[in-house]
Amino acid sequence: MELLLQSCDLATAFLLIYGLRRMSSPATASSGIALAGIGMLIVTLASFLYAFGVKGEARPHLPVNLLLAGIALFVGTGWAWWRGGRVPLTAMPQMVALYNGMGGAAAAAISAIELLVHPDVGNVRLGIAIAGGFIGSFSFSGSLIAWAKLEGKLPKPWRPRFLQIGNGLVLLVAVASATAMPALLPNSQLLTLFFVFSLAFGALITLPIGGADMPVVISLCNACTGMAVGFEGFVLNHPALMIAGTVVGAAGSLLTLLMARAMNRSLGNILFSNFGETGREET
Amino acid sequence: MDGETAITGFLAVYLFLLAAFTGYEVIARVPAILHTPLMSGSNFIHGIVVVGALYALLHASSVPEQAIGFLGVLFGAANAAGGYVVTVRMLRMFHSGKAAKPPRSSS
Repeated sequence: MELLLQSCDLATAFLLIYGLRRMSSPATASSGIALAGIGMLIVTLASFLYAFGVKGEARPHLPVNLLLAGIALFVGTGWAWWRGGRVPLTAMPQMVALYNGMGGAAAAAISAIELLVHPDVGNVRLGIAIAGGFIGSFSFSGSLIAWAKLEGKLPKPWRPRFLQIGNGLVLLVAVASATAMPALLPNSQLLTLFFVFSLAFGALITLPIGGADMPVVISLCNACTGMAVGFEGFVLNHPALMIAGTVVGAAGSLLTLLMARAMNRSLGNILFSNFGETGREET
Repeated sequence: MDGETAITGFLAVYLFLLAAFTGYEVIARVPAILHTPLMSGSNFIHGIVVVGALYALLHASSVPEQAIGFLGVLFGAANAAGGYVVTVRMLRMFHSGKAAKPPRSSS
């Protein structure tokens, strides 16, 4: 069983990277996404084999968990498939942002479970889990704000005074609660505090940025989600997650820099200046 | 996952390093028109997070874990499926825009 699972993971890691490679050239792009899709299908179906490895405390919950997993998969896939198929072509960037944010949320959820249940895995893995949780939450709220802006739900960039200082304070609280974790961990209040402030940080960073710069922000959030997924892969010791997440993290970071360069601006300028393009919405 | 296949310590760092270089090299010489489809494609690829969420949910043993795991699988599945649909649609548009231009202008 373990062997089958490992081979599926290996095949998927290959298909995803090869698919991404083919996507980076116009002639082969369509076959690239098809290959990556096959890989994703294989690994998702194979992950139900985990059910055979469940022992101990979780064993009695297995039927319920399987049912929950089936419902979540069905609803999530069905909704996204339906929504993604009907959205007008001009609204694609915000859909990418929305789906990307959901990936970040999933990574943050894995991190939350690991921190809640296995706080005794050693400081290195704990640190990776915390980092993944922070980046995932950041990417989730940042992507949601990007989505809302491109949808025109937030018409004006919100730029109060002292926003940078406020951001700094929020970041400080998030980091402080993260550093307090190894000592205090089986502690749900601390976890909640950490995740709330991580989410707030992502939202506050994204709010002052104008609509015209959003593609770069979405790409950055994409890279962040990739990184968070990679980190959660290291926490769960899951090679396919590690490889796919890290590859996307690196590729996304480079892509972000390329996009910023194509706009003749530096990334720091887009993220931290309030004097860029303002509120020109592309709905 | 456990047993002898565990990737820990320096082995994990090596894996991280090689995967990061792979990602960099795959994107390095890509034309600017493909930036958006590639962003969407890589968005699809990190949808693999659904596998991690499934792992966490199937090993859950309390109600909070089940709730968070359920949300994780829900969001992860939406990420993967949505990323796929959006990427395919983008690439199709891209393809028809390039290959099917003459028929469109004649009709």
